Amino acid sequence: MAKSIDISDLDIYYGDFLAVQGVNMTIRARSVTAFIGPSGCGKSTFLRSLNRMHEVIPGARVEGKVVVDGQSLYDPGVDPVEVRRQIGMVFQRPNPFPTMSIYENVLAGNRLNSKKMKKAEADDIVERSLRGANLWTEVKDRLSKPGMGLSGGQQQRLCIARAIAVEPQVLLMDEPCSALDPISTAAIEDLIHELKSDYTIVIVTHNMQQAARVSDETGFFNLKATGEPGHLVEFNSTQKMFANPDDPSTEAYISGRFG
Amino acid sequence: MPPTTAPDAPSAAPVVAPTGVRRPGDLVFAGLARAAGLLILVALAGVAIFLTLEGVPAITAPSERIGADNIVVYVWPLLFGTLLAATLAILVAAPLSIALALVISHYAPRRLARPIGYLIDLLAAVPSVVYGLWGIQFLAPKVYPVYQWLVDNLGWLPFFEGPANGRSILTASLVLAIMAMPIITAICREIFAQTPTLHQEAALALGATRWEMIRMTVFPYSRSGMISAVMLGLGRALGETMAVAMVLSATGVITFNLISSVNPSTIAANIALGFPEASGVKVNVLIFSGLVLFVVTFVVNFLARLIAARGAVKGGR
Amino acid sequence: METPTHLQERRDASDAAAAEAASAPFVPLVRPQLPAQAPLLVAVLAVAVGALPVVVLGWGPVGGVLVAAVAFLVALPVWSNVVEGPRKATDRLATSLMWSAFAIALVPLVSLLWQVVGNGFPALSGEFFTFSMRNVVGEGGGIYHALVGTLIVTAWAAAISVPVGVMAAIYLVEYGRGSRTARVITFLVDVMTGIPSIVAGLFAYALFVLFFGPGVRMGFGGSVALAVLMVPIVVRSTEEMLKLVPDELREASYALGVAKWRTVTKVVLPTSMAGIVTGVMLAVARVAGETAPLLIIAGDTDSVNFNAFAERMATLPVFIYYSYMQPGIPPEFGRERAWGAALVLIALVMGLNLVARAVGRWFAPKTGR
Repeated sequence: MAKSIDISDLDIYYGDFLAVQGVNMTIRARSVTAFIGPSGCGKSTFLRSLNRMHEVIPGARVEGKVVVDGQSLYDPGVDPVEVRRQIGMVFQRPNPFPTMSIYENVLAGNRLNSKKMKKAEADDIVERSLRGANLWTEVKDRLSKPGMGLSGGQQQRLCIARAIAVEPQVLLMDEPCSALDPISTAAIEDLIHELKSDYTIVIVTHNMQQAARVSDETGFFNLKATGEPGHLVEFNSTQKMFANPDDPSTEAYISGRFG
Repeated sequence: MPPTTAPDAPSAAPVVAPTGVRRPGDLVFAGLARAAGLLILVALAGVAIFLTLEGVPAITAPSERIGADNIVVYVWPLLFGTLLAATLAILVAAPLSIALALVISHYAPRRLARPIGYLIDLLAAVPSVVYGLWGIQFLAPKVYPVYQWLVDNLGWLPFFEGPANGRSILTASLVLAIMAMPIITAICREIFAQTPTLHQEAALALGATRWEMIRMTVFPYSRSGMISAVMLGLGRALGETMAVAMVLSATGVITFNLISSVNPSTIAANIALGFPEASGVKVNVLIFSGLVLFVVTFVVNFLARLIAARGAVKGGR
Repeated sequence: METPTHLQERRDASDAAAAEAASAPFVPLVRPQLPAQAPLLVAVLAVAVGALPVVVLGWGPVGGVLVAAVAFLVALPVWSNVVEGPRKATDRLATSLMWSAFAIALVPLVSLLWQVVGNGFPALSGEFFTFSMRNVVGEGGGIYHALVGTLIVTAWAAAISVPVGVMAAIYLVEYGRGSRTARVITFLVDVMTGIPSIVAGLFAYALFVLFFGPGVRMGFGGSVALAVLMVPIVVRSTEEMLKLVPDELREASYALGVAKWRTVTKVVLPTSMAGIVTGVMLAVARVAGETAPLLIIAGDTDSVNFNAFAERMATLPVFIYYSYMQPGIPPEFGRERAWGAALVLIALVMGLNLVARAVGRWFAPKTGR
């Protein structure tokens, strides 16, 4: 249940402000694609445009095409609610619903579609999703406790469990480890490796080592100049990006000469 | 404005508040500020004390001066009317206000949300006596046909027994609802707007519709605030005087018949209607009823603030 | 792109997914949707349905609007349910209900302003503003005495509550921050905002009876009652404004060796002055329209009274109340004066509100938000 994503000539706006310009790329199914680049270069904005979360911000809009499985996400008939269901998202800071238990948090998305789920079926989804997020053994004895009681890393894995519980095609991750300590980060990175056999994963990260560790392909975003829109500088296999990039500015960024 | 006022003391100045050296000016100013703070406590206590002082003679007053067997018999129907009118008002106002608050915080485009907020605030700025005028001259005649219809078609319900009259307790409650609405709306919209974006985006990213997102994140987050807001609105409705005094045709009975000319009065309206002509122990009787109203509204407001404070601590971000 | 069987496929898909099927099922992102103009279309139809009983059965406009509203609230979700499914239908119902609530809230506001302006405007004249009601029977007379009374009573109320309120707020923010007393005061100030206005009037009466004996009536008593209502509003708004002043400003001042009280008066207060003024004006606007306490302690009179400390003093709200409830014979003139005075009062209060907000916006310092 993984899909590839084709992006062509994508421009992303906040009101009249062009934030990201002219992105073309193909994100392969069942692989991990990482986006790197300096702050404010539009990589998170771009990520959010892949499941129509970008337009949640008032005035935000997109021009161009994002095609998943032959369907363009921004076609007039497309329902953004359905898009977000198929393309899950994990945010920068863990955000379990504070009033729900761990159990209910995992099921939050499923409950939207089927109010009355059989207990056994619900239990099954919860266990499968939590196992999928490498969290089951840690929380199986306290599923009815609030999700906010977990540690930051556990909360983030709970959010991943919640996202995969609805069985999306694609999983978008917006700097999922930036609020976590190194040990939790390692746990999430291991998880990403495991998840990629089932999902297409797209991850935005500040951390170049992380991109190198987890991803198969990497895109480097940069600003042409201050005040100019962000754009995709280079998109290549991660190996090539970090060993022998095509673009000099990619190399400059990766070797730490700016950014 | 940067603090470029010339320093008159170039001595070693601590970065934190200079508590070590106590200048006379500081002492006086701090003392005044503290006194003002305490004066508020004194005033609040004073309200309770003076009302009690002037209200107590009513307890022992002779029944013919009270106009009832004793003070409890006198106050009870008024208290009943107060609670009935305020409850009806809140039943109408609470859902409307919450919906209005959501319109402002989540539904209206940003350009519209501000003017809508102002419009609702405008409702709060209208003096109560003007609501009274409007209620008696405009609303009461307008609702009469509706009441007549209720009597004809739902007359078997005790609430709609009739005979229909525009100046009934239901009309008064509708006016109270309009007056309580801006308060509830204002508080709710503040809290709704504070719902963390993170949680709302989490819901949307799971494929929730806007209404589902609100039910999943906004309502749970704002529950205590909403309860508190509704209770504050209730407090307003309980104590509101003029609109009721003008709109309601009160006879002082206890009845659940909501649309007739025979209605229970409310404490506040009864005071407003009776006080200007009252003398002697009758004044004490009215003040005693005012004390009862004070206690009721105080408790309601106290609980409302307590719930809000608790919620703020628990919902800690 | 829409296959007629895709719903069936979706159900199959979720079953299959549960078994972790290897082959990825085709999941359509395009779901049947109502056209973008659907709400408008339904609204037009609903209006037509609502107009039917008005035209055919001779119903009033209110009945017609109600029928139209119900028709809209039923038709759109039902249509949506058939085409888009129950979740979308619920969402559309919720959206429609929210906007209906807004429409309902507008009704009293619009009709009230309409009534006040329509009924009040004919009463306005030069005489209306410059004459009292002394020796007036029937036509003529004016609100001069009530205007004067409202200004005096409100001015005294402000004179009492502004210093107390602002100083108390200074205590809460600058001196008592975090202390137990401050917490208690903050909480009770909040509770105090809920005191019914008539109770404040009774309090003022009970207080003044001690000094002046039973039956006391004077304008200043009204000021005390209004001050009780005003102080908590002033404290709350001032407190908010003082809290907005960044601590860096205070520290900068301390670092220059400026004493704390001079820091407060020369740095903190000027920085937040616009906000404090706005808060005070809003509080004045709020109490200027209060009727009940003035009815009790200030009473009513037909003559001009400039002395707040003796005799009854007429005020606009009380004037409105008596003019309408005891209009005299014939009643038209009294009622017309009531509406006229109501128009003046609303104009005063809303004018104050607007000016207050303008002050807050224009003079706000660049710091803070």
